[in-house]
Amino acid sequence: MEQEAGMATATESGRTGTVAVQEAFATCRARGGKAIAPFVTAGDPDVETTLGVLEAVDRAGATLCELGVPYSDPIADGPVIQASYTRALAAGMSLDKLFDLVGRSRATVRMPLLAMASYSLIFRVGIDAFVTRAVACGLAGFVVPDLPLEESDELDAACRAAGLALVRLVTPTTPPERAEQIARRSTGFLYCVSVAGVTGERTALPSGLVDRVAWLRERTDVPILVGFGIASPEQAREVAQVADGVIVGSAVVRQLEQAAAGQGVAAVEGFVGELVTACRNG
Amino acid sequence: MSLASAAERPLSQVPDALGRFGRFGGRYVPETLSAALDQLQAAYDEAIADPAFTKELDDLLNTFVGRPTPLLFARRLTERAGGAQIYFKREDLSHTGAHKINNTLGQALLAMRMGKRRIIAETGAGQHGVATATACARFGLDCVVYMGAEDVRRQAPNVRNMRFMGAEVRPVESGSRTLRDAINEAMRDWMASVETTHYIIGSVVGPHPFPRIVRDFQSVIGRETIEYCKRLFGRLPDTVVACVGGGSNAAGMFYPFVDYPEVRLVGVEAGGRSSGAGEHAAPLSYGSPGILHGSLSYVLQNADGQTDDVHSVSAGLDYPGVGPEHSYWRDSGRVDYTSVTDAAALDAFDLVAQQEGILAALETSHAVAWAVEAAAAMQPEEILVVCMSGRGDKDAAEIARLRGLSEAGA
Repeated sequence: MEQEAGMATATESGRTGTVAVQEAFATCRARGGKAIAPFVTAGDPDVETTLGVLEAVDRAGATLCELGVPYSDPIADGPVIQASYTRALAAGMSLDKLFDLVGRSRATVRMPLLAMASYSLIFRVGIDAFVTRAVACGLAGFVVPDLPLEESDELDAACRAAGLALVRLVTPTTPPERAEQIARRSTGFLYCVSVAGVTGERTALPSGLVDRVAWLRERTDVPILVGFGIASPEQAREVAQVADGVIVGSAVVRQLEQAAAGQGVAAVEGFVGELVTACRNG
Repeated sequence: MSLASAAERPLSQVPDALGRFGRFGGRYVPETLSAALDQLQAAYDEAIADPAFTKELDDLLNTFVGRPTPLLFARRLTERAGGAQIYFKREDLSHTGAHKINNTLGQALLAMRMGKRRIIAETGAGQHGVATATACARFGLDCVVYMGAEDVRRQAPNVRNMRFMGAEVRPVESGSRTLRDAINEAMRDWMASVETTHYIIGSVVGPHPFPRIVRDFQSVIGRETIEYCKRLFGRLPDTVVACVGGGSNAAGMFYPFVDYPEVRLVGVEAGGRSSGAGEHAAPLSYGSPGILHGSLSYVLQNADGQTDDVHSVSAGLDYPGVGPEHSYWRDSGRVDYTSVTDAAALDAFDLVAQQEGILAALETSHAVAWAVEAAAAMQPEEILVVCMSGRGDKDAAEIARLRGLSEAGA
C-alpha cells in the first residue's frame, strides 16, 4: 500500500487528495478559465477504454474528473448513466478493477480523480478500508450522491484524516439553512445540482440558478460547480459565468456510447475540448 | 430474551429521531429527497396527533376496507396437523384482497394534508399497486404505478384492475424487471416530481420515515389479533407467523406483540429453489447488513455491495432487501426468521384451498407452509396465528402455468 501511494504521481506538483483538487482549481483560475469537470463511468465499455478516455479528458484540458463507480441500483441517475453502469457491470467491472484503474492512470493522467460512488458500496467494503484503498491508488476524494448530511459524520471524519475531499451536494429543494451547513462542510468543491431530478441532459437551464449560486458564493470559500442537465458548450459557458465551473455527465457518457467503433475516445476528447474552450475567459 | 433486557427500553420504542431501529434504518438518499422526507415526517407527526385524522382513517378502515377482519379457526388444517390450533387472521378479506390497503389509505390522507395530489407507487405482486390505485380513485388523486415487466406478466389480473381504477401502470424493463427495479424507477420519478408528488411506498422499507409510517398503519393487524385473542381465549396466542418480503404484513402483525416476550414471533422468507446465491429472496436468512433503497438493513449483495439477483415464485417476496425493523428484531433475537421453498409454498397453497376453501396468495402460502409443520410439533392447547395477508386469485393463472410446465416436463 505504501508503495502504491508512493508510485502515484497525481498532479503536476505530485500532491494528492484535497490539496490536489485545490491546486487544480488554482491552476485553472491562473489560466483565466472556469473549471470543467467531466463525468466518466469506470469500466464502460471496458477498463482499457476508460483509461484512454481519462487520458483524453486530461489532454483536452479538464480541471478534474468524476469517475463514476458502477452500482446496480443508482436511484439518483437518469437513463444514460444508469445504462453505462449496467454495461460496465455486465462487462465485469468491480472495485478491485476500479482501484487498479485509478492507480495505473496516475502515471499518465495529471488531473485529480474523484470517485462518484454510492454509499452502498462504501458501507459494504467498510469506510476505513475504502478510504485506505482510495488513498493508496491516488484518488483525490469522493462524491457520494446518496449520503445526506445526517448520515455522513463517519465518512467525513475518515476523509479529513486521510486528506481526501468529500464533495457535498446542494439541490433546488434544499432549504437555505441546510444548504448553508452543507456548503460549510463540503471539501474540494461544492456540487450545486441545477435541477430537482435525476442526472441527464436538459435543453434549458432552470430559472433561479444564478441567484442560488450567488447566494451560496457568499457562504463558502470552496469552488462551486454546477451539474445535472448541462448538455452543450453553450450551456456550459452560460453556467460558467456565474459558477466556478461545470460538471458534465450524461452528455460525456453519451459521446462515448454513440461514437462509431474505435472513435469514442476521440469523440470525448473533442467534446471536452469544446467545453474547455467555451468556458475560457469566463 | 435475557432478564436484563426487561429493564431496558421496550423493543417497541423505535425508531429514534434519525429513523434508527438499533443500528438499522436511517436515511441514505440523494439530497433532492431530504426536504420531502422531512416534510413527510412533520406531516405524519401532526396527523397522528390530530383526532380528526385518526377518525377519518378509522372510518375508512371500517366502511371501505371492511375492518376489523376476522380471526378464523382453520379446523381441518388443525386436525390434519394434529398439534396446535391454527387460526387465520383474515387480511385476505380486506377490500382489494390484501393488507396493503391499510397503508395506502393512510398515506393518501397524508398526501392530501401535504397538498400533494399526484401519487406514485411501486408494486411487486400488484397488491400494493391495486391498493394505491384504489385509494387514489377514492380520493380523486392522479396515480402512476411502477411495476417490473416480469411482474406485469405474472400478475396480469392486478395490472388490469389498476387500470380499471384509472391508474397508469408503467412497466419497468431495467435490471431484473421485478420489485427492486420498480422501486428504483419510482424513486427516480420522485427525484424529479417531489414538490408535487407523494411516493406511497408499499412496505416497511425505504428511507426514514417510511418504515415507521408503514408499520404504524399496518399495526391494526396485530392490534385486532390481540383483541380477538383476549376475547376468544382470554390470553395471547403462543405463536404468530407471517411471511416476509419487504415485511409490511409481518411488521404490522408483530409490532403490537414485540413487548410481550411470551409470544413467539416467526417471519418466513422466500426460500426459492435453494439456498444458493440468486436462487432465493431471503436476506435475513442468508444476507448481511448493507444499504439498499435508502436504509440500512439485511440485504443480499456481493462483496462489492452490488445487489444480488434474487428469485421467488412469489412476486411480492421477490426482493433482495427487507425492512430495517425486521433486521433489528432479528439481531435482538425477538423474532425468529426462517425460509420456505417455492415448492413448499405451492403445496401449502393447495392444502389451504382443499382443506379450508381459501385461495391464499403465494406470499401468504409461505407462512402457511411453515405453520402447518410447526403446529404438528406443538401441543393441542397451544394457539398459532397465521397472518393470512392476501388472497390468491392473482396467482391462479401463474400457478396453472407452472403446473402445466411441470406436468409437460414430467
